[in-house]
Amino acid sequence: MIEETFAYGRSFIHRLDPRTRIIAAIILSFATALCDNLYLAVLYFVISILLITMAQLKPVDVVKRLKPLFWFLLMIWIMLPLTVDGDILYRFYGLKITGQGVVLCCQITIKSITILLLFVALIATMTIASLGNGLHRIHVPDKMVFLVLMSYRYISVIEDEYKRLLRAAKFRGFIPGTNVHSYKTFAYLAGMLFVRASLRAQRVHQAMLCRGFNQKFHTLDDYPPNRLNLIFLMGISVASIGLVIIEMIWV
Amino acid sequence: MTDYFSVIKLQDICFSYPGSDVKVLDHLNLEINRKDRIGMVAPNGSGKTTLLHTIMGLCKPDSGTIKVFEKVLIHEKDFLQVRSRIGLLFQDSDDQLFCPTVLDDVAFGPLNLGFSRQDAIDTARQTLERLGILAFEKSVIHKLSGGQKRLVALASVLAMKPAVLLLDEPTAGLDSSVKEKLVHILNSLDISYFVISHEFDFANAVTDKIYSMENGRILRDDEIHIHRHEHIHKHGKHPHIHK
Repeated sequence: MIEETFAYGRSFIHRLDPRTRIIAAIILSFATALCDNLYLAVLYFVISILLITMAQLKPVDVVKRLKPLFWFLLMIWIMLPLTVDGDILYRFYGLKITGQGVVLCCQITIKSITILLLFVALIATMTIASLGNGLHRIHVPDKMVFLVLMSYRYISVIEDEYKRLLRAAKFRGFIPGTNVHSYKTFAYLAGMLFVRASLRAQRVHQAMLCRGFNQKFHTLDDYPPNRLNLIFLMGISVASIGLVIIEMIWV
Repeated sequence: MTDYFSVIKLQDICFSYPGSDVKVLDHLNLEINRKDRIGMVAPNGSGKTTLLHTIMGLCKPDSGTIKVFEKVLIHEKDFLQVRSRIGLLFQDSDDQLFCPTVLDDVAFGPLNLGFSRQDAIDTARQTLERLGILAFEKSVIHKLSGGQKRLVALASVLAMKPAVLLLDEPTAGLDSSVKEKLVHILNSLDISYFVISHEFDFANAVTDKIYSMENGRILRDDEIHIHRHEHIHKHGKHPHIHK
């Protein structure tokens, strides 16, 4: 269900400490999200493309990753130009397309693609296990780290359980449709899934207790200290702070 | 660690689930000694899993005493100390393996015991090698097959170097090649173990005595008559169903 297709590589980005990559992704995505200027947003976009190139990811796969976002953007492009107030660019019968609306759409498009690309280049290039390790070492609470790791481990188990339940329903002649019976059946399935998930959670907790679990997070990953980490983080910080200052002073 | 003769001793254990009058365990007595290899073949719902969970302190009995290594266990604190020395293999491996990768999971126990990172990795690798699954070391657990998961789960229990193993239906859902492997592994262990199984052949192959369970009590060898017989009839080689 979760394919870590980008996680295995030999590029410069892959060799960076997960901690560095997480912090860099946070800084850059915040800077991008808060940027209000279209030209500067394009600069952030260039940075994200640069990082993708550095991670040596196949462009086709990267675009595939962006697919769900395109649907969301399509909706925005249909709605916003018509609904935002401003100078009228084009009139079509009763509908008005405004310049401000189009600019806003461009901004949202560039910024969202940029942030997604940043996460693909920096976060998707590590395994979930390394992500957990990185989060642990930037002092994210252990409970949250466990939440991430366990979701990763059990999401496929829960999916299997869902498929099994649905199959059982279908074998008994259930055809999903738009009627109360179907809704009720899906509600039962969802309820059953919750019950099973909570029972499983109990059993997993018991199994953890049996192996001496004491609420501490342990990890086996080891990333030797590397000066590149510091240089990379400095580079990212300087670039984003620089762009933020430029926006504050000149724009 | 001092040598104990009696590893686990249950005396007069009664247990019923909250809100139910049915006694799952009814004045049950059980003793597992050093080097004991005991099998238990009993029908569904006879309280086998509850019995194992009671030994581990996951179910608190209504009455009776639990002694592990000749020490009476009452509070959660007492159980905490012995849990790492009793290895429990769960019925469903997905319950037991909760780390992202195989090595992470097998090293989880040793890390909790306070091993250093390197020692934990070494112990985990040795255990995986002993079970012949070192090749899976870096594998992501949810992509393994059922049989592979069972072996990894066994490795994760053995990595804690337990003094006794409790196995809850280790062969459930496995094909014959993995079963054979399990038989081989269990027979090569030099610790005592207690195996719950539905399969008489399997239990027979890995244990010295076989118990059963009925109405919340344990029936010993001399009280039960599980047996197999071979016979000849006219259907010959063709697959058929016995009525």
